[in-house]
Amino acid sequence: MIDIFSTVKISLRALRSNKLRSFLTSLGIIIGVGSVIVMLAIGHGAKTRIADQISSMGSNIMIIRPGSSIRGGISMGSGSIPTLKLEDARQIKINIPAVKDVAPIFSEGAQVVYQNQNTLTSIQGSTPSYFNVNNWKIILGEPFTERHVKSAAKVCLVGNTVTINLFGDLNPVGRTVRIKGTPFKILGVLDKKGQDLRGFDQDDVVLVPITTAQKKLFGTMFPGMVSMIMVQTVDEEALNTAEEDITKLLRKLHSIKKGDDDDFSVRNISQFLETAQKSTQVMSILLGCIASVSLLVGGIGIMNIMLVSVTERTREIGIRLAVGAKMWDIRLQFLVESVILSVIGGLIGIMLGFFASHTVARFIDFPVKISIESILLSFLFASMVGIFFGFYPAYKASKLNPIDALRHE
Amino acid sequence: MTMIEIKNIIKTYIMGESSFNALDDITLMIEKGDFVSIMGPSGSGKSTLLNILGCLDSPTSGTYLLNNINVSHLNRNKKAEIRNKYIGFVFQGFNLLSKTSAIENVELPMVYAGFHSRERKQKATEALNIVGLADRKHHLPSQLSGGQQQRVAIARALVNDAPVIIADEPTGNLDSKTSIDIMKIFKDLNENSGKTIIIVTHEEDIALFGKKIIRFSDGKIVS
Repeated sequence: MIDIFSTVKISLRALRSNKLRSFLTSLGIIIGVGSVIVMLAIGHGAKTRIADQISSMGSNIMIIRPGSSIRGGISMGSGSIPTLKLEDARQIKINIPAVKDVAPIFSEGAQVVYQNQNTLTSIQGSTPSYFNVNNWKIILGEPFTERHVKSAAKVCLVGNTVTINLFGDLNPVGRTVRIKGTPFKILGVLDKKGQDLRGFDQDDVVLVPITTAQKKLFGTMFPGMVSMIMVQTVDEEALNTAEEDITKLLRKLHSIKKGDDDDFSVRNISQFLETAQKSTQVMSILLGCIASVSLLVGGIGIMNIMLVSVTERTREIGIRLAVGAKMWDIRLQFLVESVILSVIGGLIGIMLGFFASHTVARFIDFPVKISIESILLSFLFASMVGIFFGFYPAYKASKLNPIDALRHE
Repeated sequence: MTMIEIKNIIKTYIMGESSFNALDDITLMIEKGDFVSIMGPSGSGKSTLLNILGCLDSPTSGTYLLNNINVSHLNRNKKAEIRNKYIGFVFQGFNLLSKTSAIENVELPMVYAGFHSRERKQKATEALNIVGLADRKHHLPSQLSGGQQQRVAIARALVNDAPVIIADEPTGNLDSKTSIDIMKIFKDLNENSGKTIIIVTHEEDIALFGKKIIRFSDGKIVS
C-alpha cells in the first residue's frame, strides 16, 4: 500500500500543475472560513461590550421614567407626561429600605459656549448621588455637593467629549462656560465612559445641580419635574422587592386609584442588558449560520472541481491502476487533494478573517474579539468540508475500470 | 516451468439482447522465459486475451494460473496486487504520466508496492540504465522522443522485477528503425534476464522477434 507521504506529494503536484484552478476552488473555503471568523468575532465583541456595560453600570440599578399615560385610548408613550418629581426621589430614598441611593435626573439639550468655541450637548441636572449610582469617576477637579444643589449654584462638570470640543488640550477646571447664556463655573472633568448600548456618546454631557437645571436653565410649566430617577438597591437580590415597594409608594404619592394604570415605569437595567445580550447572541448565531452557508457553497465548489478533475485525469487513473494501485490508493489520492485544498483555503481564510476583523474594528469602531475557539471551529469545519465533499469524487475515481480508463482520450 | 496456463477460457460480452464470445474456449500454456507474439485482425479477441493475461479483466469462465496462482476470479484489489508483482505493461500509446519526470514514471509501480523513496530512486535508475536512458531521467515525457518514451515505459515494466512483460502493440506509434531498437530491448530482456514476454502486434517482422507466434481469429487460436 502507498504511504501517505507519497500521496501528499502526488496530490500537491496535481494541485500545483493547475494553480489558478486550485486557488479559485479554495476561494470558496477562504471566504467561508474568513466570514465565519469575522461574524463570530463581531458577535463575541458585542457580547463583551454588553458585559462591560453591565459591570460598569452595576447590576443593581433600576430606572424610573414618567410615563406611559393613556389619554382617550391613545398611548402617549413613555416620558410624555411629566409625572415624576424631585420629591418622589426623596420619598423613595427615605421610605424604602432596599434602596441604597437615588439619583433624580433632569436632562435637556442646550448650547454650551466657551469663548469662540461652542457645542450642542446634553445638559444633565442631578444630585451628588449621580456619581455613585452611575459609577462615574471624576478625573480632574471635584464633584458638586449638596450645598450646590440646595443653592442652585451655577457650577458644572464636563464630559470627555465636551472637554475636547471646547477646550482641546486646555485644563477646563476653574474656567467659565456659558450655557444658554448663563455663566457656569467648571468644577471638574468626568472620566471617559464611551458609547452606551444604543451607540450614543455618553461623554457628550455637561452635568449641573438638578435644581440649577430646573430653575435657572429650563424653567418649565411643571416645577420640580425630573426626566428620570435612577435607583441603586443594596444588592442585586433586592431589585424585585424594591421594584414592588417603589411601585406601591409612587401610586400612593401620585394618588392613582386602584385599577388605573401607573403613570410611571420601572425598569431594571440588568434585565434590559440581558435582553440586549440575548438578542446579540441570536444575531451572532444567525450571522454564523449565514457564514457557514458560504462554507457549504465552498465545499460544493470543491466537489464540482474534483469531479471535473477525475474525468480529466481518467487516463492517469487508468495508468495508476494498471501498475498496481488499489482502489484505496486512488481514493486516498483524491481525498488528500480535496483536503489539501480546503485546509490551505482554511488557513488563508483564517488570515483573511483576522485581517477583516481588525479592519472592521478600526473603521466602524466596534470591538471585535477573535477567539481561539472560533479559529479551531472554522478550521475543523473546513477540513470536514474537504473530506465530506471530496469523498464522492474520490470514490468515483476509485471505481473506474482500468481497461476503460486506459482507453479514455 | 510453466509461467502462464489458461484452460478453456471464455469471455462473453453481452450487447443488448445478443451476446458474443470474444474468447471462445482458449487453452494456452506459456513457459517461463518464453517470448510469444500474438497476431490477428482487429476484433479477433487478442486484446481481450491480453487484458485477461494482464489481470486487468476476468474471464467469464475457465481458469487462469499465473505462476501457479489461480487468478481467474480475484477481486479488484487482489488483481491490482498481482499486476503490481508479476506483470509489467507496455502500451502502444506509452501511457506515461505527462507532468511527471521519467524517473518518477518508472518509480510508479514501486510507489504502490510500498517501497521507500531512496530504494525507489535506486531501482528506477537501474531500470533506466538497462533501457539506456540514465541521462534523461529528469526529463518530462513531452521532452522525449517516441522511442525514448517507450523505453521509459519498458523501464517501468522492469522496476518491480515482474517476471512477465505484456506489450500491446509496443511499436504501433513508432517508425520502423525505432521499432527494431525497441524490439531488440525486448529480445535482450528475454534472453539475458529471463523475462517472459507476450506481445500483440500487426506487423509480421515485429512478430518474428518472438520465439513463438500465436495467430488469432474470431476468438479462437488458429495456429
